[in-house]
Amino acid sequence: MATVVLPRSLVAILPGAGRRLAVSEGSVASVIDELETLVPGVRNRLCDAGPTLRQHLNVFVDGQRAGLETRVEAASTIYIIPAVSGGSRSRPARSPP
Amino acid sequence: MSQRCLLLVGTKKGAFILESDGARDRWEVRGPFIESWGIHDLSVDPGSGAILAGGASAWYGPAVWQSPDLGATWSHSSEGLTYGDDGPKVATVWNVIGAHGALFAGVEPAGLFRSDDAGATWNHVAGLRAHPSRPEWQPGNGGLICHTIIAHPTDADRMWVAMSAVGTFETRDGGVTWEPRNKGVRADFQPDPDLVFGQCVHKLIRAAGEDDVLLQQNHCGVYRSADGGLIWDEITTGLPSEFGFPMVGHPRDGSTAWVIPLDGADKLRMMPGARAAVWRTSDAGGSWSRLDRGLPKDDAYLAVLREAMAVDKLDPVGVYFGTSSGRIYGSADEGASWSVVADNLPQIWSVEAHVIEG
Repeated sequence: MATVVLPRSLVAILPGAGRRLAVSEGSVASVIDELETLVPGVRNRLCDAGPTLRQHLNVFVDGQRAGLETRVEAASTIYIIPAVSGGSRSRPARSPP
Repeated sequence: MSQRCLLLVGTKKGAFILESDGARDRWEVRGPFIESWGIHDLSVDPGSGAILAGGASAWYGPAVWQSPDLGATWSHSSEGLTYGDDGPKVATVWNVIGAHGALFAGVEPAGLFRSDDAGATWNHVAGLRAHPSRPEWQPGNGGLICHTIIAHPTDADRMWVAMSAVGTFETRDGGVTWEPRNKGVRADFQPDPDLVFGQCVHKLIRAAGEDDVLLQQNHCGVYRSADGGLIWDEITTGLPSEFGFPMVGHPRDGSTAWVIPLDGADKLRMMPGARAAVWRTSDAGGSWSRLDRGLPKDDAYLAVLREAMAVDKLDPVGVYFGTSSGRIYGSADEGASWSVVADNLPQIWSVEAHVIEG
């Protein structure tokens, strides 16, 4: 099983969520799908419409910057980390009307 | 009967709850709640009694939060709070209310969402953005935002929304179709003096009473409509400035309202002359009185945002406003005198008052 490490600020708003969760291999997108079954509501916190990863979140698979399509192996470790670019902003960047 | 008066405060860094008894002379501050989320609005759902909060995290996006136990526990959802994978991304929630058994959320980019399952899931009220004017909607300085939702008190099919810089719109068929309600409202930043939409409404309120009297603080003046927004009459005369953001109405007297004029759109957008004051009309806008006893008279470089003013329903009415510098002033005598309720909070985005009897 792969391991997902969630940020403290996300675990704090999702009751019952642990920081480290075991998930199946596949892709970052399939990992998020599986996370949603384990922690309902987490998908909307990680992904925007599109779907795309939220602008100020970074995902790393085995130390490499990753996107939704990135491959996740059975022994992979996935870190989801709030970007420093988001810390001082009060809301996401605007999108067109 | 004992009374608890709560102030629900939204800030750039989360929410706070201030509590006093009916005397409203001592306040306890609780929080922060929903830490690091920018909270644009808090309200109480009259159906469930839950506190509702709307806003966004830069990391985790927009959501509507709620607490069923006055802040002890919180949950959130944004399921369905989307314009779809091909639509614009919802940046944040600006206004959230409960009415007629449903919840409503106004968002950025401007649009309206509805929940019929107590906030677990949301559905786009697509009729508003389906209005043919939508491709021409333009943002104000705060963004293209649906910042005010007013449900009709008895007719569930009627609702008004205010959007910047689009104006006021009304539905009479439960959100299927919407019509602009801006006739008589100036938009001096546009060349057309008879704009149907494009006015920059800053705050919209419905006056107490059975008549559909609406009032608004606009970018270009203060207005009153006696017919639910069909025709607006300007009531700016007597105020030191036509520009400001918040406006609140007396909970029982439809002729009384309060505003906080700022020095002007092309100036600091702070209180004129750095002297703090709230202004009240008691005759439906026929005249205005300056209220400044207890407020700073010098070097008060204060700004108050559109949602950062509130009234409670006690007698006499309490009036409150929060500043962008993190201070809340309150008056327990309808504005005649003021004192500091809380200080050193983060930048205040919203203030709502809620009274619990018994």
